Amino acid sequence: MSVWRHRLFWPVLVLAALLASNLFFAPRFFAVRLQDGHLYGSLVDIARNGAPLILVALGMTLVIATGGIDLSVGSVMAISGALACVLISDLGDQNSVGGVLAAIAAALLLSLLAGVWNGLLVAVAGIQPIIATLILMVAGRGIAQLITSGQIINVRSGPYRVIGGGYALALPVSVLIAAAAVALAVVLTRRTALGLLIESVGDSPTASRLAGIQARTLMLMVYVFAAVCAGVAGLIYSSNVASADSNAAGNLIELDAILAVVIGGTALAGGRFSLAGSVLGAVIIQTLNVTCVSIGIPVETTLLFKAIVVIILCLMQSATFRAVVTGRFRRPPPASPSPAAAPAPRTEIPA
Amino acid sequence: MRKLMTVAALGGLVAASALAGCGDGGGGSGDSLTLGFSQVGAESGWRTANTKSIQESAKQAGIDLKFSDAQGKQENQIKAIRSFITQRVDVIAFSPVVESGWETVLKEAKDADIPVILTDRAIDSPDKSLYKTFIGSDFVLEGKKAGEWLVKEYEGQDDPVNIAELQGTPGAAPANDRKAGFADVIKAEPKFKVIASQTGDFTRTGGKQVMETFLKAHPDIDVLYAHNDDMGLGAIEAIEAAGKKPGTDIKIITVDAVHDGMQALADGKINYIVECSPLLGPQLMDLAKKVNAGEEVPQRVLTEETTFTQDQAQEALPDRKY
Repeated sequence: MSVWRHRLFWPVLVLAALLASNLFFAPRFFAVRLQDGHLYGSLVDIARNGAPLILVALGMTLVIATGGIDLSVGSVMAISGALACVLISDLGDQNSVGGVLAAIAAALLLSLLAGVWNGLLVAVAGIQPIIATLILMVAGRGIAQLITSGQIINVRSGPYRVIGGGYALALPVSVLIAAAAVALAVVLTRRTALGLLIESVGDSPTASRLAGIQARTLMLMVYVFAAVCAGVAGLIYSSNVASADSNAAGNLIELDAILAVVIGGTALAGGRFSLAGSVLGAVIIQTLNVTCVSIGIPVETTLLFKAIVVIILCLMQSATFRAVVTGRFRRPPPASPSPAAAPAPRTEIPA
Repeated sequence: MRKLMTVAALGGLVAASALAGCGDGGGGSGDSLTLGFSQVGAESGWRTANTKSIQESAKQAGIDLKFSDAQGKQENQIKAIRSFITQRVDVIAFSPVVESGWETVLKEAKDADIPVILTDRAIDSPDKSLYKTFIGSDFVLEGKKAGEWLVKEYEGQDDPVNIAELQGTPGAAPANDRKAGFADVIKAEPKFKVIASQTGDFTRTGGKQVMETFLKAHPDIDVLYAHNDDMGLGAIEAIEAAGKKPGTDIKIITVDAVHDGMQALADGKINYIVECSPLLGPQLMDLAKKVNAGEEVPQRVLTEETTFTQDQAQEALPDRKY
């Protein structure tokens, strides 16, 4: 199989092209230096700010692999960040590590419950995933606003800042968290039979159930996993600016996550999935965001620019489209002398 | 389970209708003036301060205020205005959730002979007779004030000044107008150059991420102009992470003057804030009395607003209401 037939070839090419275009407009784009003992540079920014999207896309991949979809991830992000910040702002000493850990645990527990709710609606109640998760997408933002009383909650907590803004071993903590989550998901799905089971549920829940696979439990689990991933992403997002904004946190991230999953080669209909592809997709989207600012695309045309890049990428990934384009330029095969190819002589019918 | 949900839903309906019924039987027949006010919601600290200002100044002015929160929905606001009309209040004031779709309900108010005052946000209607007056901030003027401070700050210097701009949400009136007002003032002097301008969506995260990229693409930024405090606060974090001093290495101008912004200004991290004041309560009560008495009022009334330097912020901060 040639390299360009690999399903991740075109996404990698687009990522490379985006990065290269930055080099053209901003020569120092690839410069990475040590600043106050940690890495500093545009590439570090892409990884750090892309971490929430990578996490959300990771959960979304498994949900989509079972043939479902989770629209509520953005709202779960808002809920998780809101609860953590409200609990921390109520602490007597915001810098107490124990208090911050308790707040984080509470936020993740609430995210987990949100996932259980989604999973029950889809797997047990049998509601269409897009409708089932739409409920929490709308209601969840209301819950987040209820938690924060509609205000932006500010915290001044050193330990909480570490999640989204801190560094360990010169690397951003948020990137390490995302990497750990990706590694965990890869090991669980590719080193055990779990990935195969998820793909089989995505292909046909009924056939899987008849084959002895607990399709319901698996579906419940992927929604819980997606919600917990979103919860962690929400913590990173709010920790990064030390405040919880329940209107803006995770707003429309579900669409970015679905796009990342699709770019990565996972079929929306369920079945085959690629975690590496989704991570790559998330990195492309974040790079695209940074590129728009870096090369100075005017605000009015930013969305158009992004759309064009995404359309080009999707077209290049389509085998049918490539065949049409390359077919145009390919020389026609040499004419065969076979008489069968010659037009049959028409019989003249006298008038 | 289903039964329980039905009961819960019914309970909610009963509670909602009971709430809607509250305040009936008032009416504007007494000596004191009755003002019906429909607020957008409580989405930000700015809005909460706005609500508080209106409620407090109504009490002080001896005006009977009927307050309704639309929770960000136009249909709630239309319902509230209809209920004000049936209650025969003397004056209706509201801060429109969206710009369009008000003709029908405002026509009803006009037919009932109840004057209407718009606060804080305008409506998009060719028929100016639907409301008496519009009180609110002038966003273009806010942008101009920001530009004027900059011109004064760099007076007598000929070196080029590189400006980065963090715009609000694309298409929003405050974003468009604050950009236009600012550009209008600084274009007089060619030394001012806006070298980067992008949207940060009025959020802290947006401001931080865009500023991070600005700093890497343009290491020579002298001034940052952010269309609101929140984006400015996010940008401050990005500037600090880059090892520069906000307020010194990069001068920062923002608009709004919410509490966190004022704190950063007092701390020397922001250099200048143009106020966009939510405290229009006293002016609104004044206008309500005038239109009720049938006096002529101007079609457009500006909120009384000021600007803050670092010293002024330190002075004003202890008494700040929001």
